[in-house]
Amino acid sequence: MSEATTRPVIVLGYVPGALGDAALAAAVDECGRRDAKLLVINSTRADRTVDVHYAFEPDMERLRTYLEAGGVEHEIRQFTSDQLASDDVLEAAEKADAELIVIGVRRRSPVGKMLMGSDAQRILLQAECNVLAVKA
Amino acid sequence: MDNFNMLMEGFATAAQPIYLLYALFGVFIGTAVGVLPGIGPAMTVALLMPITYSLEPTAAMIVFAGIYYGGMYGGSTTSILLNTPGESASIVTALEGNKMAKAGRGAAALATAAIGSFIAGTIATVLLTFLAPVIVDFAINLGPVDFVALMVVAFLTIGALLGGSILRGMASLVLGLFIGLIGVDDTTAQQRYTFGFPGLTDGIDVVLVAVGLFAVGEALYVAARMRKGPVEVMSMGSSSGNSAKWMSKDDWKRSWKPWLRGTFIGFPIGTVPAGGADVSTFLSYATERKLAKGKNKKQFGHGAIEGVAGPEAANNAAAAGVLVPLLTLGIPTTATAAMMLTAFQRYQIQPGPLLMETNGALVWALIASLYIGNLMLLILNLPLVGLWVKILQIPRPYLYSGILVFGALGAYSLNFATLDVVILLVIGILGFFMRQYGYPVAPMVVAMILGPMFEVQLRRGLQISQNDVSALVSTPFTWVVYGALVLMFVASFFIKRAQKKMESAPLEQIEENSQ
Repeated sequence: MSEATTRPVIVLGYVPGALGDAALAAAVDECGRRDAKLLVINSTRADRTVDVHYAFEPDMERLRTYLEAGGVEHEIRQFTSDQLASDDVLEAAEKADAELIVIGVRRRSPVGKMLMGSDAQRILLQAECNVLAVKA
Repeated sequence: MDNFNMLMEGFATAAQPIYLLYALFGVFIGTAVGVLPGIGPAMTVALLMPITYSLEPTAAMIVFAGIYYGGMYGGSTTSILLNTPGESASIVTALEGNKMAKAGRGAAALATAAIGSFIAGTIATVLLTFLAPVIVDFAINLGPVDFVALMVVAFLTIGALLGGSILRGMASLVLGLFIGLIGVDDTTAQQRYTFGFPGLTDGIDVVLVAVGLFAVGEALYVAARMRKGPVEVMSMGSSSGNSAKWMSKDDWKRSWKPWLRGTFIGFPIGTVPAGGADVSTFLSYATERKLAKGKNKKQFGHGAIEGVAGPEAANNAAAAGVLVPLLTLGIPTTATAAMMLTAFQRYQIQPGPLLMETNGALVWALIASLYIGNLMLLILNLPLVGLWVKILQIPRPYLYSGILVFGALGAYSLNFATLDVVILLVIGILGFFMRQYGYPVAPMVVAMILGPMFEVQLRRGLQISQNDVSALVSTPFTWVVYGALVLMFVASFFIKRAQKKMESAPLEQIEENSQ
């Protein structure tokens, strides 16, 4: 029985779209390789009318089917939170004592970098464990 | 033919590149604020009023008219794609429009809304063009007591007929009338309600009240209930392929009649002071629903294109209709029209029957710019849907702190007095509590603007009749107006009942989203 509880945990910061799908594929791969269980995080601060990083039913449905098909042990946590999405991922990873965090990263324009913060960058720099940055 | 020449001269003015740019600016801003829930054309005109002081009147009015029209277009986009009406006149659109988007026919819904708005807006502007001079000819003979009657109708309909509660509407109205009294009395030069406070002798500026209620109050209200889950955006086309894109032949066939019906329902409702665009959309929807037959009727509630085409045409036609009493009688029937009236007054232009004579060039340029703005909106709207949805991704803290700063800056720039900013904040807090407890703010603003004019006409009328109160109902015109008022109240009773029936299930959900 102890085997199940000592299974390593991989945390996936999921966003809908091509970026999230690439990260999802890599995370499922990695779970197979490490015999780990997957914890999927998708959160929103709910401070805007439209949040493209928050997954709605069609995307969630696709996510679930993909995970079922991949045959990995998984848990999906979707919630509204006060903090940044990166903080939610980091916190979940810390609590679960995760072995690895998987996120998608994309190319950004210099102006975009100057204006906006980056959740990916925060996770890369502040994570206690290794981070797999998947290019999409 | 004379009017036609005047209109052509108006076009010559409005087609100058600089005015075209102003019109473009207006419709662009208007669409953006129409898209954003909680931010409407009235608030935008109020916010922009201080910075448009430096513009000449024609340019400013073209910008404001563009904002007014643009707001009507913008609201439909969010209604359809997000089930979140940007403004009250688009609530009905969400009923069928969002269902269409869910079924993968979002593009068709957006197209019928935009084209319907364009057609209705254009027809209604034509009606405005030919109706306005006729009404002016008639209105020039109206005396003070006739205007008193018209304003009583405006007060009562705005206060009592709009919104859910008669009592709350009237309370808001009376509060507005009171604030309008503060300052020096025109006839006797006595100070009223200034409490010996020199800063209040000039009265409280309308812009302060409007910005305080619409902008500051709204911002505080949103801040108090900031976290509200994001809503799902429907994609424009069908996911299976591009076969169902835009409007099919069948869609055209089903849309054109509702467009025309919507126009002729919306325009008259806009012209009478009975509630502007919202009422007309409900009426148009109910009509389409009644008239639909067989297969199409069953589609109502599941995305019937008639239910988008009709109301969207109606709200634009009503928007043009509202300009009729504004330009011919100087009587605003909606909050936005009231703000435009204020803008006229700031330029020392007195709206009323003489407006077309004394400032004909401006009025006709304004009307011409409506035709142009409508065309711009049609061209702008469809390709830029993606941009409008992006605006909704702005985090609310950024948006509303920006509005607060802009509002405070505008308040200060009125007289460069700190007192104005303090008054703004006090009114803003009042606005927050009004919003919180369901008191409509529009009657207060309209009452504040119309109140002083009402007082002047009332006292003039009573002076002429030597304080004989029965003079107020002495002319045939007043009988007609007061009779119409009674009819309107009776009719509104039935309309409200029908509206309630319709609002039952789906609308509750929409209203939740629209906060």
